[in-house]
Amino acid sequence: MIQTLVFYMFAIITIACGFMVITARNPVHSVLFLILAFFNAAGLFLLQGAEFISMILVIVYVGAVAVLFLFVVMMLDVNLNEMRRGFVKYLPIGLAVGAVLLVELFTIFTAWVVEPAVISVNAATATPAASEVHNTEALGNLIYTHYVYLFMGSGMVLLLAMVGAIVLTLRSRDGVKKQRIMDQIARPASEEVELVKVSSGGGI
Amino acid sequence: MADFLAGLINAVWWQDYAAPLLAIVIYCLLITVPILLSVAYLTLAERKVIGWMQYRKGPNVVGPFGLLQPLADGLKLFLKETIIPSGSNRALFVIAPALTFILALIAWAVIPFGEGMVLADINVGILYLFAISSLGVYGIVIAGWASNSKYAFLGALRSAAQMVSYEVSMGLVIVTVLIFTNSLNLSDIVRYQQENMWFVIPLLPMFVVFYISILAETNRAPFDLPEAEAELVSGYNVEYSSMTFALFFLGEYANMILMSGMATTLFLGGWLPPFDIAPLNMIPGPIWFALKTALMLFGFLWVRATFPRYRYDQLMRLGWKVFLPFTLLCVFLYAGIAVYGGFLAG
Amino acid sequence: MSFDQVARSFLLTELLQGMALTLKAMFRPKHTINYPYEKGPLSPRFRGEHALRRYANGEERCIACKLCEAICPAQAITIEAEPREDGSRRTTRYDIDMTKCIYCGFCQEACPVDAVVEGPNFEFATETREELFYNKDKLLANGDRWEFEIAKNIELDAPYR
Repeated sequence: MIQTLVFYMFAIITIACGFMVITARNPVHSVLFLILAFFNAAGLFLLQGAEFISMILVIVYVGAVAVLFLFVVMMLDVNLNEMRRGFVKYLPIGLAVGAVLLVELFTIFTAWVVEPAVISVNAATATPAASEVHNTEALGNLIYTHYVYLFMGSGMVLLLAMVGAIVLTLRSRDGVKKQRIMDQIARPASEEVELVKVSSGGGI
Repeated sequence: MADFLAGLINAVWWQDYAAPLLAIVIYCLLITVPILLSVAYLTLAERKVIGWMQYRKGPNVVGPFGLLQPLADGLKLFLKETIIPSGSNRALFVIAPALTFILALIAWAVIPFGEGMVLADINVGILYLFAISSLGVYGIVIAGWASNSKYAFLGALRSAAQMVSYEVSMGLVIVTVLIFTNSLNLSDIVRYQQENMWFVIPLLPMFVVFYISILAETNRAPFDLPEAEAELVSGYNVEYSSMTFALFFLGEYANMILMSGMATTLFLGGWLPPFDIAPLNMIPGPIWFALKTALMLFGFLWVRATFPRYRYDQLMRLGWKVFLPFTLLCVFLYAGIAVYGGFLAG
Repeated sequence: MSFDQVARSFLLTELLQGMALTLKAMFRPKHTINYPYEKGPLSPRFRGEHALRRYANGEERCIACKLCEAICPAQAITIEAEPREDGSRRTTRYDIDMTKCIYCGFCQEACPVDAVVEGPNFEFATETREELFYNKDKLLANGDRWEFEIAKNIELDAPYR
């Protein structure tokens, strides 16, 4: 019973937060609600017994991605009136896009069939029952064996994105004097500093 | 009367809901009260140790050896006026310190104080710890933004970038430990060290990186840029006073203790005695745990008394250009050792 | 960069040296003076709270020449004077506003009869501002209270004047 209660708590908060994300007047509040939604989604995963995914969701999305979101949104000086202008004009298009997405989601989820091959793979590798193996281990077994190419592929996509971001932002400027820390560290005090006993009035 | 009591105790609601709830509340109190006390005395220890290292005596007037100083400080903060700046975002302004404080406390749920002495023995304990510690940045960022003040905001921005950066190398250090233990459960990590040896010996370079990273993660000197007094007039908490400030203060110190506890669990064998011989293994585990955590905390204070503050670009350089490649290399190196040296557990 | 230097920077030798230094400092004797119970030495020239002195026979030294009032850079001193019954010129009012005073010591330098002096007392904090507006009675009382120390200090400082 408590599980059900907790589920409804997480679910309601998640949906309410999702709603607040798009209705909040202040963009920073939107991001904060988004974070709360992520967090509650992690709670839902936890209830499903997927504690690894739940923790990774918190670490990656809440702990890193959303921080950067917040970082950017906080520094923007958003003029809300400017953004609200033309709301009614674009409303039909927005609704249309939303409707198309919704229909697509419905078609995908109603036509969802688990490929027999996957089931047979699971049977062939003699996957132990969920109670015997941690879902961390189960997940690892899946993504590093059956889905290894997809996993590597997504890794490559991320690497490409990273390299792309660096290429776009990195520019070497001429005439910039940079501190070369390694060179500084490499200078031993014995070679650079000389301690001299100066006699009073004598000078060096 | 006795019948009534017996009926009460045997009632379903009592046995199924109330009694476990009560037990959990008691466990929570057993964990949080000593932690809050340690936080109070950590502030005193900090002032004492830094004082000694600077040829001073530290607080010695309130009570014998200044032992009542934390209580006096707490009372002072209680009695002050809570000021909420007029331009601030009220709700977030008040939520931020509470968030910092709560996050510093709830992480203790998974730390094993002794064999089987853990509130929630979950099998992704280390990830839970890591997740909670990565949430810590929100308290600071929200505080900085809600204060509607330049200094607070600058402090918050610095803190956000800093904590995200050092989490990366911390995560990789944790991965090296996990390669050997083959478990995300903190008790299992300690048990692995019981069977083999403390990770601080074979993973010494990773321990050093981890230690420096937790200094940055808790915004401690020499990485205390978010609250650099000299330039940001104490950064994100500049607008806070009274209890709201006290919560930040307690949260920061509770975080220090938490991170020290984490380092103890991962590298210093948690509740284990240094040698499994007669006088040492008579001492109960929680005491060993507390001693090792205290040693780690002394390191925090020692470092603060020794080193000047980093410049911000140097801090970022250290995180991304030194620690990240170094830990990444070490992950591969140790993975190789684990696989070909036959050290894999399980 | 030589191997030696690489090894040094990777083994954090410099950091460890610094930490060893602070650890050693921790066990050295402390420089702290436990203030209300222990006090540091004061120079005979120390310029603290003001006092008006008397001669040994009890006659007040001040002759109301107003040199101190004239020289005071902060204009903290206010003097009014008229002849006493015996015909000698004396002050009827001698006020020092201690909140204005900058403790420069010019008044005691200007005084031809060593009447106004800055004594060795520096612990005269008060709870109200009004208590820091010293009048003649207060200053004479200070003189009586600190006469021994003031006389000793003047004696010790005499060779240098």
